Amino acid sequence: MTPSTLTGVPVQRDPEGFFADPNQWTEEMADEIARENGVDELTDRHWIVIRFMRNAYLENGSAPSIRTLGKVSGVPIKELYQLFPKGPAKLAAKIAGIPKPRGCI
Amino acid sequence: MILGAGTGGTLTANRLRRLYGDSAEITVIDRDDHHIYQPGLLFVPFGLADTGEIVRPRHAQIHDGIEFRVAEVDRVETADNVVHLAGGETIGYDVLVIATGAALLPEETEGLTGPGWEKTVFTFYTLEGATALRDALRTFDRGRLVVNMIDLPIKCPVAPLEFCFLADWYLRERGVRQDVELVYATPLDGAFTKPIASGRLAGLLEQKGVILETEFATGQVDGENGRLVSWDEREIPFDLLVTIPLHGGAAFIARSPGLGDELGFVTTDTATLQSKAAPNVFAIGDATNVPTSKAGSVTHFEAETLIENISRFLDGRELTGSFDGHANCFIETGFHKALLIDFNYDVEPLPGRFPEPHVGPLPLLKESRLNHLAKLAFQSIYWHVLLPGRDMPGISSHLQLAGKDTDLIAEQGAPR
Repeated sequence: MTPSTLTGVPVQRDPEGFFADPNQWTEEMADEIARENGVDELTDRHWIVIRFMRNAYLENGSAPSIRTLGKVSGVPIKELYQLFPKGPAKLAAKIAGIPKPRGCI
Repeated sequence: MILGAGTGGTLTANRLRRLYGDSAEITVIDRDDHHIYQPGLLFVPFGLADTGEIVRPRHAQIHDGIEFRVAEVDRVETADNVVHLAGGETIGYDVLVIATGAALLPEETEGLTGPGWEKTVFTFYTLEGATALRDALRTFDRGRLVVNMIDLPIKCPVAPLEFCFLADWYLRERGVRQDVELVYATPLDGAFTKPIASGRLAGLLEQKGVILETEFATGQVDGENGRLVSWDEREIPFDLLVTIPLHGGAAFIARSPGLGDELGFVTTDTATLQSKAAPNVFAIGDATNVPTSKAGSVTHFEAETLIENISRFLDGRELTGSFDGHANCFIETGFHKALLIDFNYDVEPLPGRFPEPHVGPLPLLKESRLNHLAKLAFQSIYWHVLLPGRDMPGISSHLQLAGKDTDLIAEQGAPR
């Protein structure tokens, strides 16, 4: 189960661990979410992606895909997979405190 | 001015001509004069469609009184209301509709068009590819057949699954199924994007013995050694690869200031279909970036909103935000059966009946022979009813909730 408090503050997350309300998220919570998901330390490179994801979401109402991240974030796809193993867009969204990216269909 | 004479451009031109007669001057531009019935491409590799049947001249689908030109677009300058053609000619417009579809970008994936391309690596998303694959499948009688969608968005997101189902059928008919390992590799975390349909489709794959590899994001195709390599360095070996390459918008969109997103799709209002670049620019079909399927049915449903909004724009009235993301797709499952799914931006595919609530006759999200027959019959409806811009009785442009099993959404949580 996903803990219901982060940095001592109660937050609402869905069963997969995505924030329902991005406004509940603070930068201090990111480290804790990262550790829950097996990322021990957030480097500057992680933060480029986290901030990019969050800004894109707040601007457009949807999180960018991996392809878009690779083209526009300044971090190439290969590195995205090293920084955020398995599913970079999903994991970065989780750490950035935004809802799950919906695979546009 | 309409760019593109595929499904969206043709039907928009014909409907506008009917609405305005000689009081509007309509020009349609396309780079060639071959209109392909794209749903037919799925059947070509299995010898179920003749290439001659699915291609017709574009100009013959466009009504008299509409100008049709074959030309390459260099770019659009929406600030000047001008289309620049390759070669330097410029054409002004009052209203522009972009209907140039999606382009395949196989060269964006490392190695995809390298050794093995069109020998052991094929796509059925072009007529040439589908035909070459047909010839390769005829003699394929043992080994690993891998079907791989590289990433969304793609045209007809169910087509890779349909290909798997039909391949299972085709190999059984040929008596070699037991010697072929059939694999579907997808970057998604399930068979499909929407949970209820994803579960049912995964069940069908299992039933047919298709191995499902999820969260496989292809970074490289190594045709020489017959392997797919993911960005996180997993590998899937293949003897025959059927790939669905990355898609992007038409190349001129990237050359047109402010028109497209980073993948070259026109940034478009999801409800009005007006471009974000300029109020007199609209987009329809696969060319848009609206978050619904890239499919002919979507284009058809969008046309109603588009025509209404072009007319409102010309009259100086407020636009209607009536497009709801409605999509309706047959999913061929082999052995003369098909599923049907019906969904929109907010409501995922659900079981039920279509088009008449509770009556049907077509069952939703369930295999039936009738769905298969309807899919086959649609080809004729496409040329004779849809493209000419005639109404389809009983088919609404908006999703109907009546007759659908909406209790299932509650079990899944709120609609997304």
